[in-house]
Amino acid sequence: MATVAAVIASTHHPFYYRASTSTGADRPPFADEWVAKIEAFRATLTRAEPDVLLMVGSDHFHQLWLDNMPQFLVGKAPFFDANWYNEEREFGLPRMLLPGQEDLAAHILRDGLDAGFDLAFSNELRIDHSVTCPIITLRPQADLPIVPVYTNIFAPPMPRPSRFVQLGRALRQLVESWPADKRVAIIGTGHLSLELGGPRQFGEHGPDPEFDRKAVAWIANGDIDGALAEVTLDSLHAPGNATHGFMDFMLMMGVAGDGAKADHVDTLDLFHTMEAYFTWYPEGALR
Amino acid sequence: MSKYLLDKFLYTVDRDPELVERYRDDPAGTLDWWEQEMANAVLNCHPAERSTWLAFTDEERQAIRGHDHVALFQLGAHPFLTLTLFIAMFERDHGPLEYQLAYARAMEHIQLPYPDIAT
Repeated sequence: MATVAAVIASTHHPFYYRASTSTGADRPPFADEWVAKIEAFRATLTRAEPDVLLMVGSDHFHQLWLDNMPQFLVGKAPFFDANWYNEEREFGLPRMLLPGQEDLAAHILRDGLDAGFDLAFSNELRIDHSVTCPIITLRPQADLPIVPVYTNIFAPPMPRPSRFVQLGRALRQLVESWPADKRVAIIGTGHLSLELGGPRQFGEHGPDPEFDRKAVAWIANGDIDGALAEVTLDSLHAPGNATHGFMDFMLMMGVAGDGAKADHVDTLDLFHTMEAYFTWYPEGALR
Repeated sequence: MSKYLLDKFLYTVDRDPELVERYRDDPAGTLDWWEQEMANAVLNCHPAERSTWLAFTDEERQAIRGHDHVALFQLGAHPFLTLTLFIAMFERDHGPLEYQLAYARAMEHIQLPYPDIAT
């Protein structure tokens, strides 16, 4: 059976690529500290020696649209082209091509359906920065096969936070029951408090530093009950109008497990939004 | 209210480099063309398989014609779509982050709860 080599949860900040590669007067003052934190974070994945990456993210109205919107979707294809014209335009992200791990995708779809998750699937999926940002930060050589799992944190009606946690728990079990001698890192990205297209956007910090402080503590301590007691679809409007992306962090808490304390926790207070990085190593996972 | 159609306009324009420029340069003409030709196109289907019922209200047309991101927000358009497209059209005319901050300042009077974006 496969081994869960690491569980990793992160914000996905589309400005990192440009900030980290810019030089001279174009290089923002926070770039060096940001790069140092990312390199430390990257080392936590390298140390896990993964063969395959299960990548949880969310399409930002690129391929998935309101005429046919899945709540949870698994990409099953031999390759995934990545990044879109408007991400090149706004963030300077490069076009990428990532190999797919089709047999793991097929296993997740079959056994996930049987476990009560009506997962949608795509055999031709162009993925976006919710998946490529963590590739750029954690595995920039982009050499490992992936299985993308998209969640709807963007277009109401959405599943409730508890459903994200349940899917996270299920994905952990589905990877552990995959009959392959492979080491799988499960990586998911979301947001802390975030405002996009509203009056609180692009402030000196994230729109709700108090929410961010609590959220980081929930994640770092695996406090799923604490998060579920406070976080609802309605409550997530208050910290910022794009904060529903926090539900992908809750999914990753489900993957990591109840009460699982993260082995690596780091944050970076940037303008607009706080960055946060977490890595868990399941017991016995490291070689 | 046709929030879905507002979103469809923003979505189809934002993903097409030529349409981004066309909407920046000629919002009224782009709106008229789009509502006539594109509003009832079922995306991902053969062009002959059109819908028959999608149209904007006058208030929505005015918001689109006016490049009025505040009105679009108040009408319930998806804020991510509006922001992304408007950055593409207007950031170039401003210094770093100037446009994003001005965009927010123009909305300072808007309080929670924000307009419902459910379609």
